[in-house]
Amino acid sequence: MALYFMKSHEWLNELDDNTVTIGISDYAQNELGGLVFVNLPEPGDEVTVDEPFADVESVKAVSDIYSPVSGTVLEINEELLDAPETINDAPYDAWFIKVENVTAHADLMTEEEYNAYCETLAE
Amino acid sequence: MNLIFEIGKEGRGLSLLPKCDVPVTDLPENLKRQSELHLPQVSENEISRHYTKLAQRTHGVNKGFYPLGSCTMKYNPKVNEEMAALKGFRQVHPLQDESTVQGSLEVIKMTEDILSEILGMDAFTLQPAAGAHGEFTGLLLIKSYHTDRGDTKRTKIIVPDSAHGTNPASAAMCGYEVVSIPSAEDGCVDLDALRDAVGEDTAGLMLTNPNTVGLFDKNILEITKIVHEAGGLCYYDGANLNAVMGQARPGDMGFDCVHVNLHKTFSTPHGGGGPGSGPVGCKAFLQDFLPGARIKGNIEDGYYYEDSPKSMGSVKMFHGNFLVVVRALTYMLTLGKEGIPEASANAVLNANYMRVKLAKKYEMAYDTTCMHEFVMDLSELKHRTGVSALDVAKGLLDYGVHPPTMYFPLIVHEALMVEPCETEPREVMDEACDTLLELYDLAEKDPEWLHAAPHNAVIGRPDEVGAARKPVVKYTWE
Amino acid sequence: MGSYVPNTLKEREEMLKEAGYTSFEDMFSCIPDEVKLKRPLNLPSGLSELEVARKMEELADMNVVFKSIFRGAGSYDHFIPAIVNSVISKEEFLTAYTPYQAEISQGILQSIFEFQTMICELTGMDVANASHYDGATAAAETIPMCVDRKHKTAYVSATTHPWVIQVMKTYCFGSNTKLVVLPSKDGLTDAQALKSALETDPEAACFYLQQPNFFGNFEDAEAIGEIVHAAGAKFVMGVNPLALSIIKSPRECGADIAVGDGQPLGMPISYGGPYVGFMATTTAMMRKLPGRIVGETTDDQGRRAFVLTLQAREQHIRREKASSNICSNQDLCCLTASVYMAAMGKEGMAEAARQSMSKAHYLREGLKKAGFYPVFHTEFFNEFVTTCPVDDKELLDALEAEGILGGLPIADGSILWCATEKNTKEDMDKLIAIASSITGKGGLSYESNI
Repeated sequence: MALYFMKSHEWLNELDDNTVTIGISDYAQNELGGLVFVNLPEPGDEVTVDEPFADVESVKAVSDIYSPVSGTVLEINEELLDAPETINDAPYDAWFIKVENVTAHADLMTEEEYNAYCETLAE
Repeated sequence: MNLIFEIGKEGRGLSLLPKCDVPVTDLPENLKRQSELHLPQVSENEISRHYTKLAQRTHGVNKGFYPLGSCTMKYNPKVNEEMAALKGFRQVHPLQDESTVQGSLEVIKMTEDILSEILGMDAFTLQPAAGAHGEFTGLLLIKSYHTDRGDTKRTKIIVPDSAHGTNPASAAMCGYEVVSIPSAEDGCVDLDALRDAVGEDTAGLMLTNPNTVGLFDKNILEITKIVHEAGGLCYYDGANLNAVMGQARPGDMGFDCVHVNLHKTFSTPHGGGGPGSGPVGCKAFLQDFLPGARIKGNIEDGYYYEDSPKSMGSVKMFHGNFLVVVRALTYMLTLGKEGIPEASANAVLNANYMRVKLAKKYEMAYDTTCMHEFVMDLSELKHRTGVSALDVAKGLLDYGVHPPTMYFPLIVHEALMVEPCETEPREVMDEACDTLLELYDLAEKDPEWLHAAPHNAVIGRPDEVGAARKPVVKYTWE
Repeated sequence: MGSYVPNTLKEREEMLKEAGYTSFEDMFSCIPDEVKLKRPLNLPSGLSELEVARKMEELADMNVVFKSIFRGAGSYDHFIPAIVNSVISKEEFLTAYTPYQAEISQGILQSIFEFQTMICELTGMDVANASHYDGATAAAETIPMCVDRKHKTAYVSATTHPWVIQVMKTYCFGSNTKLVVLPSKDGLTDAQALKSALETDPEAACFYLQQPNFFGNFEDAEAIGEIVHAAGAKFVMGVNPLALSIIKSPRECGADIAVGDGQPLGMPISYGGPYVGFMATTTAMMRKLPGRIVGETTDDQGRRAFVLTLQAREQHIRREKASSNICSNQDLCCLTASVYMAAMGKEGMAEAARQSMSKAHYLREGLKKAGFYPVFHTEFFNEFVTTCPVDDKELLDALEAEGILGGLPIADGSILWCATEKNTKEDMDKLIAIASSITGKGGLSYESNI
């Protein structure tokens, strides 16, 4: 699968049926540390490009998760509600939401561009 | 150690009540509790020993130094406790007729008057039960004022980014949008940022002074003027009052309303988290909006309660945490006009004394005269040795010192915030400084020891991630 | 004057010098001159401990301490076992703060965990927090837990303590939430009015019911809970914790959230405070709970350990997005309640509850004979309302002269009475006799022994 990334470390995966899934990158989960909870929207909610649609909690912090697209939430990954550690263990399998009726995209990076971007952050 | 549910035996207990001396009324079946009620079944001896053990596993001011920044962990005088235990205060019903509680009303009135003088305000309410509760009440004063004037476009509260988390949370509870402004490089309010932030939608500004990095904001008059000229009001968070009482008054700095923490500044015990008391004071033009009934009259002709038609209502049942007020009044009367500035002067002296000693090794977030507390920045140490502010804090536990506040304010990355208070003997501070300097050396020599600290506490570092992922929040019977 | 500064004047001079200052004035030059207070505070001089004790004792003596109390309305004069005061006077509990450093705060943390467990037991709920300022603020803080984009209106029964309703209103003024007070009928919540109000409001968020209610009456909580749930709203119950030892728990009544004031659990009436509010809810709503929560975990060696947990809900992390600004808890009062419950046990609490209820029923019968007729005719706990055929001041003054605090005058010239296990038959007979001698009814007379 070809993933696209935001500067705020969310990934986007475009599926065949004109829907997309969204999650957070390995770099992000590593920076956040052990995640203990995730707040997700509800199916049917609208998400907007560059606006938060969810947040993740670690023991001492809470971080907003931004949407790379505008559209309607088709499905949420309920498994994450019971097992937020999945995000730490397998960030690219741990999708947060599936979005349909996508009307707008943020400026996104390819995986290669994103990796280079993360390199610059490490310095 | 065992939970209280894991000691005792079925059938054990105390003999506390006589037999019922009137015919027993039974509850109708449909109202009766069906499910079993598990409570401890223990003798008095077992209760006494259980809680003695728990007490031994608890660090309090009485046990040792507690320089927890922004919390003002000063010594809690014993006479305060004795006064709060007087039957005339303990055994009085909150809904007794005013004529039978003149002593309580005098306690409340005296406390309001003394606080008004110290803060430079015109009126006080003692109803709020804590600092955060006071913030909420103070902001409702601001909201009541704008609402009463029909000025409904004021929807924003300005809060510096260095503020305590309760400030923005209180503003949100009052329906306000929070505008966070960055601090200037010296840790004080950035005047330009403030000028840019204020406008027709500004309801008010929330500020502590000295601020959360322990510095007195020298531009305070300009700050309150900018907010007032925009039509907003200024709220003083009294968290740091212990630095300035008797030296400078929020009312003279241009603040319109304030809260104070009786459990910090006025020596009432923190009780492991409460009960506290967070009285709110204001200038005369806001007093009609205060919550609860106002006390009128005087000691000669008698005090009585009077409702204010414009009052915001009540933020708590009855008249506030009255016994906490009794303790604080005892303290204020003890110190009096000489003792109050003496306390603040020595709180500031002790902080600067420790700051200068620690600056030999530790980097200060702001290397200048502080007020009652100061912030050390351990970023450089962490970068160099891997030892974080958390590690140093945990190392202190092995030396019987309660660590300073960690990771606050948020604008300093590896922050340790030290507030010694005026009630510490010099040698206790000397010893704590020696320990902290020793830990600094240890960070360079043996970082692993600090990563693994504490070594001598009753438990090691707890698994907080596990606790939050799969919360166990009560005991379950088999 | 009094002072708690240990360092001598000579030491202070030395310390100033070491810190690089020539004097206190020099040190305080960081405060701009134009805001400095340039005069002494206009307060009396400080006092020695002997003087201050004398002064405070004088003030305490100005209050009237009644020998027997028949007034409740949110503040109940129950028996307090001696062990309670002994435990909460321990300096470690008194002088500690919020347990931020778990390793040296296991005592406080464990005691909160035990408190949470006991509150869950009483209420039947899954999770309780480490407490609120009092029952009224706990009640008010349930509203933001239930309000969301689709549920915007909060409802409360008129049979709730008026002061609790007032606190709810003040909190709702803050959060811009609509709060509707639903009417009562014959001293109980008007179920029909509740049903039609909720049925016509698709945005109903929650309904608050007090059990037993302000008048002392037992509500049909289960039936009301069903109406509330049928409308898709949350059912919130405000309960008397002592009564819960014998009456159906909020869980058994279908509540989503249970709150109450812990004062009956070992706290003196204290002119209204400090008391403690408790709050418990279901697992489903756990993350909506405000305030501190203690959880059990293990340390790095696998030993049992307690920590503050689920902190990402709270103000210090979530700031303006937190649902509450609550920062502290009423820990010493939680401890009071815990020790009380441990000392009383389930039998002791049930006995105190039963005796309070039985005595209230005895008193009501006696007052009826004296001409003070029951206003409501429904099952009640330890409070009840009667008519007052005479001027209430005349009655209360006559009782006061005998060291008795009578009931609380409430609306329409009626009186709200209360009895607890502390009131003896003798006290009640005396009260009834005085009442009877005023109305001339009941054939009883009371001769003052003054």
